Amino acid sequence: MKAHLTRRYMFSASHRLHSDRMSAEENRATYGKCNNPYGHGHNYMVEVTVSGPVHNHTGMVCNLVDLDGFVHTHILQRYDHQNLNLLSEFAREVPTTENLSIAIYEIVKRGFHKAHLEKIRIEETMMNSFEYTGEGR
Amino acid sequence: MIYLTRKAEFSASHFYHNPEFTPEENQRVFGRCNNPNGHGHNYTLEVTVKGAVDPKSGFVVDLKQLKDVMSREVLDALDHRFLNKEVPEFFAMIPTTENLAIAIWQRLAPKLNAALLHRVRVYETPDLFVDFYGEA
Repeated sequence: MKAHLTRRYMFSASHRLHSDRMSAEENRATYGKCNNPYGHGHNYMVEVTVSGPVHNHTGMVCNLVDLDGFVHTHILQRYDHQNLNLLSEFAREVPTTENLSIAIYEIVKRGFHKAHLEKIRIEETMMNSFEYTGEGR
Repeated sequence: MIYLTRKAEFSASHFYHNPEFTPEENQRVFGRCNNPNGHGHNYTLEVTVKGAVDPKSGFVVDLKQLKDVMSREVLDALDHRFLNKEVPEFFAMIPTTENLAIAIWQRLAPKLNAALLHRVRVYETPDLFVDFYGEA
């Protein structure tokens, strides 16, 4: 039997939405308050959804200790209390939550092999959320 | 096609133990969940059914019927129970949230007449949930 398992994690980070491909006016028009040169922050909530057969011996899709360990080491330690604009994945990409979803998806896909990665979903605030399932990679 | 989701809550206790494992293996795999005296959760259940809107009633499914089936087949059996000791599915199966979602699906699917069961989602805590779509 195949099941999907989702775990929620939190981290806090700052960012500034600004694209070098646009003029100052275009940036302000596109990103509004998010273009403030000093940046601002969010409490991000990340949901990691993995799937796979429920193993007979454990009743689990994957051991949460393994998933938690991977996410803490490779996601939370990388992003928590950081300025996203200074990280290598955002040297050329604007750290929108769309791009953050893709970056986190890529890290989990590349490094976590104990279950199949289905989806990354991020809530930037209580009013908006973003999902990436690897489509269009 | 319309998807309709109904929520319910139940509280139950459980522990994780595989009799084929040594005590050390059980401890290593299941950690604190291996405590034989059990521990509990407030579970949230979301049952999603799908179907066409009936032109006469405007309903996908009779909500009263869905609520009654969920109460009778799931909540009456699981709420305020020790899953390992009181719910037959878990006499020989570990009551992980994965297996709980599968067991709830198997209880509901044959009892829902018109509606097609789409998904069973079980939250063990607000930070952990399992989805089962009936996939083999």
